[in-house]
Amino acid sequence: MILIAIILLGAIGAISAIMLYAASKKFEVYEDPRIAQVQEVLPGANCGGCGHPGCSGFASACVKADTLEGLLCPVGGMPVMSKVAAVLGKEVVNTEPMVAVVRCNGTCEARPRINSYNGVKKCSIASTLYGGETGCSFGCLGFGDCEAACNFDAIHVNPATGLPEVDEDKCTSCGACVKACPKGIIQLRKKGPKSRRIFVSCMNKDKGAVARKACTNACIGCGKCAKECQFDAITVENNLAYIDFNKCRLCRKCVAVCPTGAIHELNFPPRKEVATPTADKVQPATAPKAVTTTAPKAEVKAPAAEIKASEAEKKAPVAEATAPKISEETNQNKI
Amino acid sequence: MLKQLLQKYQKKQIKIKSNNMLRTFRIGGIHPPENKLSAGKKITVLAAPKQVIIPLGQHIGAPAQAVVQKGDVVKVGTLIAKAGGFVSANIHSSVSGKVNKIDNALDASGYKRPAIFIDVDGDEWEETIDRSDTLVKECSLSAKEIVAKIAQAGIVGMGGATFPTQVKLTPPPGSKADIIIVNAVECEPYLTADHSLILEKAEQILVGTSLLMKAVDVNRAVIGIENNKPDAIALLQELAGNYKGIDIMPLKMKYPQGGEKQLIDAVANRQVKSGALPISEGAIVQNVGTVYAIYEAVQKNKPLFERVVTVTGKSVANPSNFLVRIGTPVSVLIDAAGGIPEDTGKIINGGPMMGKALMSTDVPVTKGSSGILLLTRKESERKPASDCIRCGKCIDVCPMGLNPTLLMNATEFKNWELAEKNHITDCIECGSCIYTCPAYRPLLDYIRSGKGTVMNIIRTRKATK
Repeated sequence: MILIAIILLGAIGAISAIMLYAASKKFEVYEDPRIAQVQEVLPGANCGGCGHPGCSGFASACVKADTLEGLLCPVGGMPVMSKVAAVLGKEVVNTEPMVAVVRCNGTCEARPRINSYNGVKKCSIASTLYGGETGCSFGCLGFGDCEAACNFDAIHVNPATGLPEVDEDKCTSCGACVKACPKGIIQLRKKGPKSRRIFVSCMNKDKGAVARKACTNACIGCGKCAKECQFDAITVENNLAYIDFNKCRLCRKCVAVCPTGAIHELNFPPRKEVATPTADKVQPATAPKAVTTTAPKAEVKAPAAEIKASEAEKKAPVAEATAPKISEETNQNKI
Repeated sequence: MLKQLLQKYQKKQIKIKSNNMLRTFRIGGIHPPENKLSAGKKITVLAAPKQVIIPLGQHIGAPAQAVVQKGDVVKVGTLIAKAGGFVSANIHSSVSGKVNKIDNALDASGYKRPAIFIDVDGDEWEETIDRSDTLVKECSLSAKEIVAKIAQAGIVGMGGATFPTQVKLTPPPGSKADIIIVNAVECEPYLTADHSLILEKAEQILVGTSLLMKAVDVNRAVIGIENNKPDAIALLQELAGNYKGIDIMPLKMKYPQGGEKQLIDAVANRQVKSGALPISEGAIVQNVGTVYAIYEAVQKNKPLFERVVTVTGKSVANPSNFLVRIGTPVSVLIDAAGGIPEDTGKIINGGPMMGKALMSTDVPVTKGSSGILLLTRKESERKPASDCIRCGKCIDVCPMGLNPTLLMNATEFKNWELAEKNHITDCIECGSCIYTCPAYRPLLDYIRSGKGTVMNIIRTRKATK
C-alpha cells in the first residue's frame, strides 16, 4: 500500500513539474536583471522629476537607451548617474544640475495689498477667481501650493516677505513646485558653478509704469540689462527681461544697472569697492572662457555711461531716478 | 396700461395661481431670501461717463479683434471690434468720441485683458439707428437675415453666461429646435434688472420672441417667469394674446431655476443629458435681456451697447435699475445709487449666489453684467470651515444631481479621474451646495478649480488623439 501511495504521489509530482516547466517556458516574461540593479542605485523617491513614471520606469528607460544622454535623475544628480552608468557599463554623460528659482520678488513692502482675499487659502483656487491681493496679477499669491507640492521640504513661504524661498541643498529640481504654481513663477535653471546664478526675479508683463506702480521691485522692461549684456544672454519681451542661463557668463553687470533691483544674483561673494575690478576675480572661478572677453574696468564703465545718457533722454522718470547712481555704484550690490 | 394692471393687482383682481400648482425643476434647489430691494423701480437712464473701457473679451469664446486705432473718432454704435472666430461676437462703441488707447485693463475676471479706451465727446449716434420709441411689429426679413443681423449687432447671452447668440441660433446639422424658452426667471436674489425690463418693454420682448421663433422656424415659445413677479406675469399674459404661439408660464420659485437645463426641465419637462447641449432636446433658451436686444437689433438697427444693471445692497442709499452704456466704470453706477456705504465689505459683479467679487471699482460694465451688489462687512464675512459631517445636504440641493462633497475631496487630493467619472464638468457653479453646507465647507471653490483642471485634461486628451 505504501508503495502505491509513493508511486502515485511521485507520478503526480512529476506531471505537475513537467506542466509547470512547460508553463514557465511558454509564458515567460523576460525582465532585464539590470533594471532591478539600476533601481537599487536610484533614490526611490518616485517623484517623477525625471519625466518617467517613478524610479522603475526611469531604470528601464536607462537600460533600454543606447547612451545615457538626456537621462538624469534630478534627485540623485551626477553621483547616482555615475553609479547607474557603472551598472550598465555605459558612459557617464555630464548633465548640469538644475535648481528651482522663484521669479517674483514682490515682498509685502514692495507690493502693497489693495484688497483682501478670504476664500480658500490655496493658490490654485485663488487664481481661478482673480489676479491676487496686489496690483500685480503676475506675481506670487503666497498661499504655498509649492510648499505643499514639495516632497523634499525644500521650498517654504517666508512669512516676512510672503514669498517662497528655495533651500538649494534640499532642492532636487524634480519640478513638482513648477507644476503646482498656477502663476508659473517658479522655473528650473542651471545651478551654475558654485551655485552662482543670475536671474530676473519678476514675471510682470505690464508696461513699466503700471508694473512699477504695483510693485517697486518689478521688472519694468527698460532694457538696460539687455544693452549692458555683452553675451546676448538677455532678451526683453512683453516688457519683461529674461536671462538665458546657457548664455549667461555671470558677469553681474546687469544686476548693477537694473533700476528696480529685479535682477537677482545668488551665492556671489560680496562686491568690493570701485577700486578693484571684481569682474576679473569672479570670472576665472566661474566661467574660465570669459576671461578673454572680459574688458578691463575702464572700458566696462564706458558703455554704462553711454546708456545713462541715452536712457535719460528716452525714459525720463525711471532713468532720472536711477541712472546717475550707476557709475558710482557699479560694483555695489544694490539688492 | 401698466398702471391699470398694477392697480388691479394691488386690489387683488388679478388672480395668480398658488405656488403649489406651478411647475419647477425636479432635482435639488434652494430658497435663499429674495431681497429684491430695487423691485418695481423704474429704469433710470445714466448718461455716458467721461471715459469708457470696453473689453475685447466680453463673451465666451475667442476675444474680438479691434478694428479701430488710437485717435480714431467713433460714434455711438460704430463697430470697434470684430468677432475673432465662430464662437465670438462683434463689439460696438457705446459712446461717441475718440479712441484714447488700446491697452490692458482690469475686468470682472480679476485679470488685466485687452480693452479699448474711448474718451467721450458729445453723444452722436450712427444714423442707421432708429432712436424713436415707436413699436415696430412687422418684420419682412428672412430667418437667415435675422440671424445675420443678430450676429452683426454682437448680441450675447445677457443672463451672465455671455454665449454668442447667433451660435445658439444656428443649430448643428441634424438637430432641430421645436421650442423657444425665454428666461425671465431671474432667480438670483437682489437682482431686478430683468423684472424692470419686462415691466417697461413687455411689447418689445414679445416682438423679439416672435422674431426668434421666425429665425429658427419654431411655432412655440414659452416665457418662463417665477411667481415672485406677479405684475410682470399679469402684464405679459395680458399682451401675449396678440402674439401667436407665445405662452407665459409662471413657475414655482426655486433657485437656480434660471439655469438653462433647470429651466428646460421646469418648462418643457425635458432632461438634457450630461455633457449635451439644450438643442439635443430641441430647446433654445434665451434671456429676456437678450430677447429685448434682439428686438432692438433687428427692428431698430441698434447694436448691443447698453444694458440694464441693478445696483443694490442692504446698505445702499438708493438701490436702482440703471440703463448704462457698456464700458461705464462700476464706480459711476455706485455713485448714482448713493455712493459706497462705509461698512461695505465686498462689491460683487452679479448676484450673491453666482456673482464674483470685484478687485476694483474701475472695472467696466460688460454685456454680461446684470447687477452690482454691495455687501456689508458682516454679510461678506466667511465663517470658518469645519469637517464634513456627512449630512448629505449638498447632495440633496445640487440641481445637477452631483455629489459636491465627493467632488471637493477629489479636487483636494487631485484625483482627477474620480472627479471626471463623477461628472465634475456638469457643475453649473450655482453655489447651492456651499449655501446649504452646515459646516461652511468651501465646496464650490474647490469644485470650480477642479472643473477647470478636468476640462483642461479632457481638452488635451482630445487634442492628442
